Amino acid sequence: MKNIWTIASRDFKSYFTSPIAYILIAGFLAIMGWMFFFNLSYFNMQNMQALQMNLGKGVSITDGIIRPLYGNMNVIFLFLVPFITMRLLAEERKNSTIQLLLTAPVSLAEIILGKFLSSFLLVLVMLALTATYPAVLFLFGNPDPGPILMSYLGTALLVGCYLAFGLLFSAMTENQIVAGALTFAFGLFFWLINWAAQSVGSTWGDILNYLSLINHYNNFSQGVLNSTDIIYYLSFIGLGLFLTHRVLDSFRWR
Amino acid sequence: MIQVQNLTKRYGPRTAVDSLNFEVRRGEIVGFLGPNGAGKSTTMKILTGFMPATEGTATVAGFDVFDSPIEVKRNIGFLPENPPVYTEMSVEDYLRFTTRLHGVEKSRIESAVTTAIEKTVLGDVRKRLIGNLSKGYRQRVGIAQAIAHNPQVLILDEPTVGLDPKQIIEIRKLIKELAGEHTIILSTHILPEVTATCDRVIVINKGRIAAQDTLDRLTTRIQQGRIYSLAVRNLTPDGIAAIRAIPGIKAVSDSASTAESRLTVEILPEAGEVRDRITETVVSHRMGLLEFVAEKLSLEEIFLQLTTEENL
Repeated sequence: MKNIWTIASRDFKSYFTSPIAYILIAGFLAIMGWMFFFNLSYFNMQNMQALQMNLGKGVSITDGIIRPLYGNMNVIFLFLVPFITMRLLAEERKNSTIQLLLTAPVSLAEIILGKFLSSFLLVLVMLALTATYPAVLFLFGNPDPGPILMSYLGTALLVGCYLAFGLLFSAMTENQIVAGALTFAFGLFFWLINWAAQSVGSTWGDILNYLSLINHYNNFSQGVLNSTDIIYYLSFIGLGLFLTHRVLDSFRWR
Repeated sequence: MIQVQNLTKRYGPRTAVDSLNFEVRRGEIVGFLGPNGAGKSTTMKILTGFMPATEGTATVAGFDVFDSPIEVKRNIGFLPENPPVYTEMSVEDYLRFTTRLHGVEKSRIESAVTTAIEKTVLGDVRKRLIGNLSKGYRQRVGIAQAIAHNPQVLILDEPTVGLDPKQIIEIRKLIKELAGEHTIILSTHILPEVTATCDRVIVINKGRIAAQDTLDRLTTRIQQGRIYSLAVRNLTPDGIAAIRAIPGIKAVSDSASTAESRLTVEILPEAGEVRDRITETVVSHRMGLLEFVAEKLSLEEIFLQLTTEENL
């Protein structure tokens, strides 16, 4: 446990001693801020119209702001995660610092969990910084806290899946660009995998729908905590980390 | 401290290391010598617990490298061929990380880092980023990393590569100082390094041990017969013939230049002491003896003989 933290804290700090963390956070917050502004003004316009035309209650904050905002955040992470994970092991391989880790008295699992944790911590920092948006909503309105909290949990788990496989691809190559490209392609594919669900028959359709990363997020965004979704995400992360372990272990036999 | 028995490593059909047997005692400095691809690095990787052997056993500090790799790794300081440094870290932060990684207690990290920095003379750059340091400094940071957690065994893969002559001398001095409290295996193909630092040499060729002995004994073992080189003022054919006539002399060759003339006298291995007879002959033929040297095979020649000849 101590070793995991040793590795995680070194990697986490190295995000901040290089420009990577600042660029990612700045870009992320700029896009998120713009989206929040857009969602908010569109929401106001819709509700104003509803009021004028006496159309009843209008759109709730959850449906008008929270769900589109956090849904979009997941798309942005799809683009950002490759930049977070691509260096984790590829750079270590290229600079042969991996030898330091592999000849130190730490287990492979500790190395992998440390690496994963460092990237996950960076994502948590990014998520924490977006808390300003719901804070504004609480200040001026009365949003339902359930969907907000669940959206954060769901996003953290969903992004964790990207990170785990990003780490895997980073372990497979010395080339950071290759690692990043594979991570992006993989994430996108598992995002879109259920697009074919309607055309492959019901059994396969169900399977594809189950495999889709985004399908499991929908419950979270409605404020529903479903154990199926949590198990899906955790096993997805577990599989990525397990495969990373196999890849790193195979170094020893080459 | 290190025991290796029948160590074999195969990569598919290729045998990289073929039943190695050797032992390194506590406090010894052993040089690992061999051409590229001889199996030096493979052996080191097995010893550091990085890679399992196909057959045979290796124990370091009493622990089997296969059964208890974590304990072995805790007792080894390893400097790979390229120093494994993080360029975005400062020297002291880096050393704090590596000592922590090697399980040094929190309260002792600072003193361990300071000691390592003092030993490798890195005090002037301890707060600088490793990425901004020259190759020589990075190499020293790599060595500092290997010794910082005070391991019993040091395994150094070409420790002086990329250093300037002054630094090389410093590092060799450092390695000599480290012996005694540490047991050191050092691989190199810079041969004078072995002469300068090591107590014992293990020559590896094609995955097998070609020779292992102290340097002196290795030299005498390889050197079949002796060779003496003489500088004389003037060469006379009579004199050369007279030397050739001394029993036990294998061959005499001469070379003349304006400054001095040289005679190279090869002695048969079974011959006894003939140096006095050679000098007498040179003097009695009035050749004017200026210099009389016993030629030693340089390490390069030993190395070449060991790695090219099969019938030793």
